[in-house]
Amino acid sequence: MKSATILNKAIKEMPVNSFKCEFPAKSLNESFARIIVSAFVNQLDPTIAELSDIKTSVSEAVTNSIVHAYRETDIKKAQNVYLSGEYYSDGKIVITVKDKGCGIPNIKEAMQPLYTTLPSDERSGMGFTIIASFSDKLKVSSAPNKGTTVRFEKRIGNT
Amino acid sequence: MYVTYERSRGALSASLHGEIDHHSVQSVREDIDKTILQERPDEFKLELSDISFMDSSGLGLVMGRYRTVTGIGGTMSVVNPSANVLKILNMAGMDKLIKIEATERKSKR
Repeated sequence: MKSATILNKAIKEMPVNSFKCEFPAKSLNESFARIIVSAFVNQLDPTIAELSDIKTSVSEAVTNSIVHAYRETDIKKAQNVYLSGEYYSDGKIVITVKDKGCGIPNIKEAMQPLYTTLPSDERSGMGFTIIASFSDKLKVSSAPNKGTTVRFEKRIGNT
Repeated sequence: MYVTYERSRGALSASLHGEIDHHSVQSVREDIDKTILQERPDEFKLELSDISFMDSSGLGLVMGRYRTVTGIGGTMSVVNPSANVLKILNMAGMDKLIKIEATERKSKR
């Protein structure tokens, strides 16, 4: 019996459903990304507020990749955003937004509220703050010239 | 997203329709500024009841227009944001800077 428990813990829970897609880092794909994630998350019958939080978080992460990642990179290289999602039996949704762009030199600084490298473009610097507050868990990993991955979780149907 | 205008006495009202994101703000930003500078209103109202989605790009849009309006000596208010939009405005502390009001026209929700 004891060994069975240990075995169960060792097996990572498989998502109930998942998707993966990629698209060029063009600003008109911001709404496209939101629609994909909405359609996916709708399978869990979220509330309007839950869906809105997830849509906003996706929009922030995808916009970051579109605005910043490929700013100074060689145009010949594929400039794509990689979007994927999973959800689990307990209602946990995991969304990952990845790019292969310039990376973030100082993640801690970039995540500060109101921090922006582009104030002239009216970028508010609130993107990461919004994702952090609208989701349960946020993880940003990045390496210079390798790219950036933003992963966030939100469990819906808590109440 | 598109914008429609209404003028009454000293007030100019700009109503936004659709979704506010980094892509869509680019087309309306200049248009609104141009109209403000042309009309030079004492009071500028940004009507958001027909906005179905807004991310942090909307914060830049609101702040930028606030600068334009106060730059010509006018005042600004944001009118009828939905619950989701209001959440983002408040998170950035916009409510401390700009008057946010709900009118009786808010029958949509």
